[in-house]
Amino acid sequence: MTALLLEIDDLAISYKVGDHHQRVVHGVSFHIDRGEVVALVGESGSGKTTTAQAVLGLLAGNGRVEQGAIRLNGTDIAHWPQKRLDTIRGAVVSLIPQDPGSSLNPVRTIGAQVAEVLQIHGRGDRRAIRARTLDLLTRVGLVPAEMRADQYPHELSGGMKQRVLIAIAVALKPDLIVADEPTSALDVTVQRVILDLIDELRRENGTAVLLVTHDLGVAADRASRLVVLQGGRIQEQGAVRDVLASPQSAYTRRLLSDAPSLTKARPARRASGGGEDFAIVVEGLTHDFPVGGAAKTFRALEDVSFKVRRGTTHAIVGESGSGKTTTVRGVVGFLKPTAGRILIDGEDMTTLKGEALRQFRRNIQLVYQNPFGSLDPRQTIAQIVEEPLLNFAPPPKPERAKKVADMLHRVGLPESFLGRHPRALSGGQRQRVAIARALVLDPRVLVLDEAVSALDVTVQAQILALLDELQKALGLTYLFVSHDLAVVQQISDTVSVMYKGRQVDGGPVDTVFARPDSDYTRELIDAIPGRKAPMLALSTASVRG
Amino acid sequence: MIRYLIGRVGQALLVLMVTFTAAFLLLQALPGDAIMIKFMSPDMALSADQIAEIRAAYGADLPIWERYFNTLANFLTGNFGYSIQAGVPVSQQLRVNLPPTLQLASLGFLAAIILTITIAALSNIVGMAWLRSAIQSMPSLFISVPVFWLGIMLIQVFSFQLGLVSVISPGPVERLILPVLTLAIPISAPLSQILMRNIDEVLAQPFVAVAKAKGASHTWVLWRHVARNAVLPTLTIAGVLFGELLAGAVVTEAVYGLNGLGGLTNQAVGNHDTAVLQAIVVISALAFVSINLVVDLLYPVLDPRLGSKLGMTA
Repeated sequence: MTALLLEIDDLAISYKVGDHHQRVVHGVSFHIDRGEVVALVGESGSGKTTTAQAVLGLLAGNGRVEQGAIRLNGTDIAHWPQKRLDTIRGAVVSLIPQDPGSSLNPVRTIGAQVAEVLQIHGRGDRRAIRARTLDLLTRVGLVPAEMRADQYPHELSGGMKQRVLIAIAVALKPDLIVADEPTSALDVTVQRVILDLIDELRRENGTAVLLVTHDLGVAADRASRLVVLQGGRIQEQGAVRDVLASPQSAYTRRLLSDAPSLTKARPARRASGGGEDFAIVVEGLTHDFPVGGAAKTFRALEDVSFKVRRGTTHAIVGESGSGKTTTVRGVVGFLKPTAGRILIDGEDMTTLKGEALRQFRRNIQLVYQNPFGSLDPRQTIAQIVEEPLLNFAPPPKPERAKKVADMLHRVGLPESFLGRHPRALSGGQRQRVAIARALVLDPRVLVLDEAVSALDVTVQAQILALLDELQKALGLTYLFVSHDLAVVQQISDTVSVMYKGRQVDGGPVDTVFARPDSDYTRELIDAIPGRKAPMLALSTASVRG
Repeated sequence: MIRYLIGRVGQALLVLMVTFTAAFLLLQALPGDAIMIKFMSPDMALSADQIAEIRAAYGADLPIWERYFNTLANFLTGNFGYSIQAGVPVSQQLRVNLPPTLQLASLGFLAAIILTITIAALSNIVGMAWLRSAIQSMPSLFISVPVFWLGIMLIQVFSFQLGLVSVISPGPVERLILPVLTLAIPISAPLSQILMRNIDEVLAQPFVAVAKAKGASHTWVLWRHVARNAVLPTLTIAGVLFGELLAGAVVTEAVYGLNGLGGLTNQAVGNHDTAVLQAIVVISALAFVSINLVVDLLYPVLDPRLGSKLGMTA
């Protein structure tokens, strides 16, 4: 048996759009040896997912392989009919999908969904399949397996669902697993555990992995070789060590320098000492949510306190369920806390109500996570940016138009965008519009709720730079909510680490990162992908130089 | 779960109560009444005193609120009053006319469901593109066909031209074939449109890609993953369409000359037979409410997500 498992040779794929075929993958060639992990890295639109889907024969209905070969164990499967592909899918090649939340059938038990892959390929009778299913669930850490098998997907957390999907993927000990962004929807600590599990199982079975990811840090940690894609073409490929140490293409260099987890050279923040001028003061913030109809409550926040100096950035870090969103909703005045005070420029938000609260809100503006969902698709960019002005004693029309145009210029968008609709804009451009909309009221505080999480690294870097520039120019105070410690380290002055509704760590970023008080923060820092990358120091040096 | 059950049953009862009241008020607001129509005609030659006596016998001289509570109390004990025109208890008329309509409606509903599933399944399994698009366009055709025209066309084609179904003294089964079809086709149209759309939506879900990556064939994916997820939203519409079914049954019975609630309604409207109409409205509402109650109770059984949510609040 040769070492070569998968060979992609001059592969071109197109999608049918209207009457013509649009190519999205142009002559891509790479290979994977048995038991090897190869990372396919690129930003959205790079063709990485399309390439991975082609390996499984699961291109969307309008996609087709135009040229080239996909040789698995020496046989070209690129033009196999679906029926024939059914015999190898699950058994020889399997998939770990991107979003565990929607990748399991909501109306069937997880046991049934694991057993299914064994049934399809006729591995044993009912009893044998049940036994093997329980084995698999135990193996991926879902115990007690008997109980888990009878649960439905909605009863499991995201990480547990991904474990189920991993169990399905390894059930028949395939030669190759295609892992399509397997952890991008998961919290950072869960991400590490899941990647470790995949690593462990693949070693056990000698399985090769095609790891599709946008995260260079993850790729650097887990793969032996990198294939960098941009616009459907391979920019560069080689051993991780070589690519990180001396990237050959300009694109790879840009990716490396923009990846926050691989770049420790962060711009020096302004000295955070001196001055007692606080824009935000949160004291003993506590919030209970009612649960069910009874008088039971769930404590989402417990005694959270922090202070943010004017013109600085404070980050709130935590995983889902940590209370960071509740904190932000309190600060913006969307909910009334059970106890505690929130002072914005010395005024207590929690005592305001009705019209006074509405008027006060113009001082604090929000930028949301999803740049696709937060802009009304029917409005033009001009209308979107203008709308907040109309809510607060609007100035005359020409003045408004000028303000809107100024704002757009300020966030780095050309005036020609004014008449366009959001759908004509990229994710990064949309997020700039969202920032312009937030700034048009001249707020003093900007709350950025995962505002860069949905963006590709290079776009993310541009938006972070823009935010930095705006802060310096306008003296803004940022409250920056994020799950990404690497980004936080790069942009903020102070930080609160939240865990299960409590603040477990807090203070200047450098102090917290160097000497965390809590085990949880230590765990978070260790889980940042890219820390295992051997050439970090070198790559950072080359960026600096 | 028990709280959910009580809530739903309570809602159903409330709907029934409101329907009863609204129907009562509207029927009372109509000018003239059955007594006038039947007894005031010159042929009867009754004196004003005699008519007043008859009115008193029927309780029609009481103030409206008193009549309302009398009727309500009677309905609650299963007494639907007397048909003035026919001179027999309404319950007796219902005993004769309700079963054929129920039979027609439930067979029509069943046929509509079978038709819907067939269309949706074929449109996803058939390989040939032209045939598939032909099947997919069937619902839009069905939905634009009026019931009375469809009925006449079916008789024309199947009975007179093809001679497949006899119209003169047909057997008990033969008699029902065309009416059931007439009823089923317009109901199946919106149902299959919605079901096909839901199937398309579910097919685009990531869990379908995962199932395919397990090596599942298209048919396997359709039956084991798509079907139950796609049926859930269709169920609600099916409940709502049941109302259409009752209305359709009235027309269908008229077209095919069948006995049933349709004929009874027709007569009662012509004669302002309030008691009969009141009973028909309430019975239709009862049928409608029960079907939707069944749909609501089926939901948690079919969708485990709802089941556990209910379990938590119970």
